[in-house]
Amino acid sequence: MKLPELSDKQVPMSESTVIEKLKRTANECRLDIITMLEKAKSGHPGGSLSVIDILTCLYCHEMKVYPNDPMNEDRDRLILSKGHGVPALYAVLAKLGILERDELWTLRQIGSRLQGHPDRVKLPIVEASTGSLGQGLSIAQGMAMALKMNQSPRRVFCVMGDGEIQEGQVWETAMSAPKFKLNNLICFVDCNNGQIDGHVTEVMDLSPLPDKWRAFNWAVHEIDGHNVEEILSALEKSKKETTKPTMILAKTVKGKGVSFMENQISWHGIGPSAEEADKARAEIQKTLDSLG
Amino acid sequence: MADKATRDAFGEALKALGAKNPKIVALDADLSCSTKSAIFAKAFPERFFQMGIAESNMVGTAAGLALGGYVPFICSFGCFLTGRYETIRMSVGYCEANVKIVGTHAGIGIGEDGNSQMGLEDVALMRAIPGMTVFQPCDEYSTHAAVEYAATHEGPFYLRLTRQKLPNLYRDNQVFQSGRGIILKEGKKLALLGTGATVIEALRASEELANYNPWVIDIHTLKPIDRALVRTLATSCDHIVTIEDHSLIGGLGSAVAEVLAEVPDSRAQLIRIGVEAFGESGDPSALYEKYGLSAPQIVQKLKAKLPNN
Repeated sequence: MKLPELSDKQVPMSESTVIEKLKRTANECRLDIITMLEKAKSGHPGGSLSVIDILTCLYCHEMKVYPNDPMNEDRDRLILSKGHGVPALYAVLAKLGILERDELWTLRQIGSRLQGHPDRVKLPIVEASTGSLGQGLSIAQGMAMALKMNQSPRRVFCVMGDGEIQEGQVWETAMSAPKFKLNNLICFVDCNNGQIDGHVTEVMDLSPLPDKWRAFNWAVHEIDGHNVEEILSALEKSKKETTKPTMILAKTVKGKGVSFMENQISWHGIGPSAEEADKARAEIQKTLDSLG
Repeated sequence: MADKATRDAFGEALKALGAKNPKIVALDADLSCSTKSAIFAKAFPERFFQMGIAESNMVGTAAGLALGGYVPFICSFGCFLTGRYETIRMSVGYCEANVKIVGTHAGIGIGEDGNSQMGLEDVALMRAIPGMTVFQPCDEYSTHAAVEYAATHEGPFYLRLTRQKLPNLYRDNQVFQSGRGIILKEGKKLALLGTGATVIEALRASEELANYNPWVIDIHTLKPIDRALVRTLATSCDHIVTIEDHSLIGGLGSAVAEVLAEVPDSRAQLIRIGVEAFGESGDPSALYEKYGLSAPQIVQKLKAKLPNN
């Protein structure tokens, strides 16, 4: 028997219940992210924790997903262009039952489908192999064009990092997506202001970022990327676009949810020790408890 | 039939294919009149995407179209396309996306525009990507065969085409098999292997070298290379000569050398003829003379190297 598609909310939930549930799910994912990276002894906690609220809202609410038939042609697509944040994606996929939770603990191990960066050949549901920054938006554009030619109502979501958009290829797609009137292409930038060598504002400042995307003829929204209501509201607005692709610039905190990781560039690309992981999980659990 | 550049044959072949297969789409980066994708664009405007002068985005977009079920042919000069190597490696190669990369303006044979427009390292680059097939047809008919094969073969594909016109060598009854060289002349102790524009030079050189009874072979598939054929030649020939309008590193000569080095009872010595420097502007035939790719130059070089008989 197939589960109903998650976006067909057959039992209507009140808006506040939906929001509370998404907040809980995101923080449960945070717990799994910490454990995955602890077991892997490497990986990217900062960018995984900053992007998890966005991914949870997309996969567990916004997107048409088929947990029992993940590659169903009628699915919405999501490309995690900032491939290093993939522990967050794996955690959400496990929440949906697309991955077994136990498989999460194989992250980065030899023979695992859960590569350090997404690999679509090993694990097709990640849609595209990414990890070399700046390429995912082009692929997302191609998928959006294919869906349009197929006259499919499905959409393509792309999630980039703010450091990532220093790549020139991103701006080539910034130019082309409005030309092709891809209103079925919705992109998030996880603006955590962190990259390996420092703050984005210092390494290669992007400002004025909203102006840049507006100048390229995108529909631009600026939100708090940890605020579920704001994420959902921006996604609602994206549905009204008739020609423009949507760019949602989401201000986030690198390492969000774990006090000693927050805004610490040093937590970009290392796994926590057992002790640090315990401390992190305790903090996240506290947040979960406060959600009731 | 009149001489034809393989890029012209490509444009017509793609149009013919487009009529048969609605999943065929084409993308170009402001060179559609030169790559001849314009012929397809005119016939199927709704399946042609003008990407502007932005090749990386074209490569990635094609990967997305392929993952969405289409068969995209992306067209530009070989040097410009393969120059977007990292995007091809990740978005096409590592994604196993069914993208057909069409690199025209192969080698010094383009002539007057000079080095910046010459694809001279493209085969080396594309051969190194796991799963990438590399083809270089040498005339109109073989280009049609290559385009048809590219469309039915599932997986990344690099098709290398010439700007200059080439004479027709094949007729409709010629069978093309991926990975199988075509023996144009059976020979004895000397084998001349050409690919693309150098096949005709090898044929012409073979006339002057008739004393040696040379084999002449068209290696239209550069990857996978015809290992069986190279092994046969390795044990029956004294000399195998590779002739290519491409860098001496990483192209036909290298592909043959890689096989040859692993044949335990090989007796053949390899002589590689190719381009050892950046190119330059000039008349194409004058450039072939200067860089040693013309039939007379090939003959001269080989006569100096081969024992008299």
